[in-house]
Amino acid sequence: MSGPVSAQAIHVGSDLDIVRIRKVVREHAVAAGLSLVDQTKLVTAASELARNTLVHGGGGEVTVSTEGDERGTTIRLVFADRGPGIDDVDKALTDGFTTNSALGLGLGGARRLVHEFHIDTEPGRGTTVRIGFHAPNRRGR
Amino acid sequence: MQDINVSVAEFLDHHGDEIVDAWQRRTFFAGRTGGDCRAVLNGVAEVVLAGRPEDPTAAGFDAIRDLLGEIAMDRIRRGETAAQTAVTLHDLKPPVVELWTSSRDGDDALPGALRLSTALDTLRLVAMELVGGESADLVEERQQLLELSTPVIRMWDGILAVPLIGTLDSARTQATMEGLLQAIVDQQARVAILDITGVSTVDTAVAQHLLRTVMAARLMGAKCVISGIRPQIAQTMVQLGIDLGDVTTRATLADALAYGLRQIGLVVAAADNH
Ligand SMILES: Nc1ncnc2c1ncn2[C@@H]1O[C@H](COP(=O)(O)OP(=O)(O)O)[C@@H](O)[C@H]1O
Ligand SMILES: [Mg+2]
Repeated sequence: MSGPVSAQAIHVGSDLDIVRIRKVVREHAVAAGLSLVDQTKLVTAASELARNTLVHGGGGEVTVSTEGDERGTTIRLVFADRGPGIDDVDKALTDGFTTNSALGLGLGGARRLVHEFHIDTEPGRGTTVRIGFHAPNRRGR
Repeated sequence: MQDINVSVAEFLDHHGDEIVDAWQRRTFFAGRTGGDCRAVLNGVAEVVLAGRPEDPTAAGFDAIRDLLGEIAMDRIRRGETAAQTAVTLHDLKPPVVELWTSSRDGDDALPGALRLSTALDTLRLVAMELVGGESADLVEERQQLLELSTPVIRMWDGILAVPLIGTLDSARTQATMEGLLQAIVDQQARVAILDITGVSTVDTAVAQHLLRTVMAARLMGAKCVISGIRPQIAQTMVQLGIDLGDVTTRATLADALAYGLRQIGLVVAAADNH
């Protein structure tokens, strides 16, 4: 098995789209054989990041795919927006840091919930967050 | 002898008012107009007349497919399970078949009853078609769109509960929370239970809603208890870093009620004779 098994792109423009993203991510998680706890972790991380795309990034697109390589199955999510970007990523990742009088736990929390986490951001150009979650069949874990 | 299909269709037409009246008192049509019942009845009469009571694609059913689906979905959105809705649909059959058999004693009594029974079974299939195609998530999605309010339940004098379901981070949540706070004032409640057994994801937005509600309730003199935090949700919340602080939590709604009763000075004890 190699390359993306399936990829879905979902536009993020409203609360309802976040519900949709959670649903699609849940489907990928179930299909990849994740336990209920892992499903919940991944769906929750996706919900956090999609909400950031909507609230801070002014909307964007989320891509969900399940990939398999010689090491096993990974669910990959990409959250992309062309919003204001993040000035100081380290600060944004700090628990409790928020520019929105919210809880400020979304970015740091999402990073703790998943296995792979990368942020690409440039002030004024937008933000792309990529996460990966490994299915239990993955070797070498 | 007149064609049985014609006899049955005529019977439905002649007894239309009686059947509509009986149906309106059945659960499935609760809150619906007589016009809706009449439309469904006309559809049934049409498929019987066409001799196709077993065919869900018959023209008579096509005409009422959307209406039936809408009623069924509405019931499910309000918290009924698909199985329960199917039972309420089944309840439509007895009044019609009984009326038919009590008004006939000739040879056509049995074949007519069979046709009516078949037509109403098919009706149930037609109504549930739409439901089957919709996943729980879609129901959730519609719920969000419609912003249906979650009921605030009075568990005891002074104890309220809100069973939260589906997704919580929408305007709907806001409305639910406001409804709860208003109910606390109206009923002078001392304890408010937020039961999240039916919530699939607690992200930071949901947690913030919950925390804000607990805080507001506290300012109004009511104590909040959050119940029904399932294991996978608890683990995820911990990793996210959500701190419920000194908020009281209980495993189940029943535990939360027991706690609430104690808060208002009541105890639940076994009766002597047991
Ligand atoms: N996609 C994004 N675009 C711009 N800024 C972002 C984005 N995601 C996060 N941020 C910034 O990082 C901060 C922390 O994010 P997060 O931890 O999710 O907390 P919260 O969303 O509760 O404020 C946000 O307040 C915001 O300033
Ligand atoms: Mg956030």
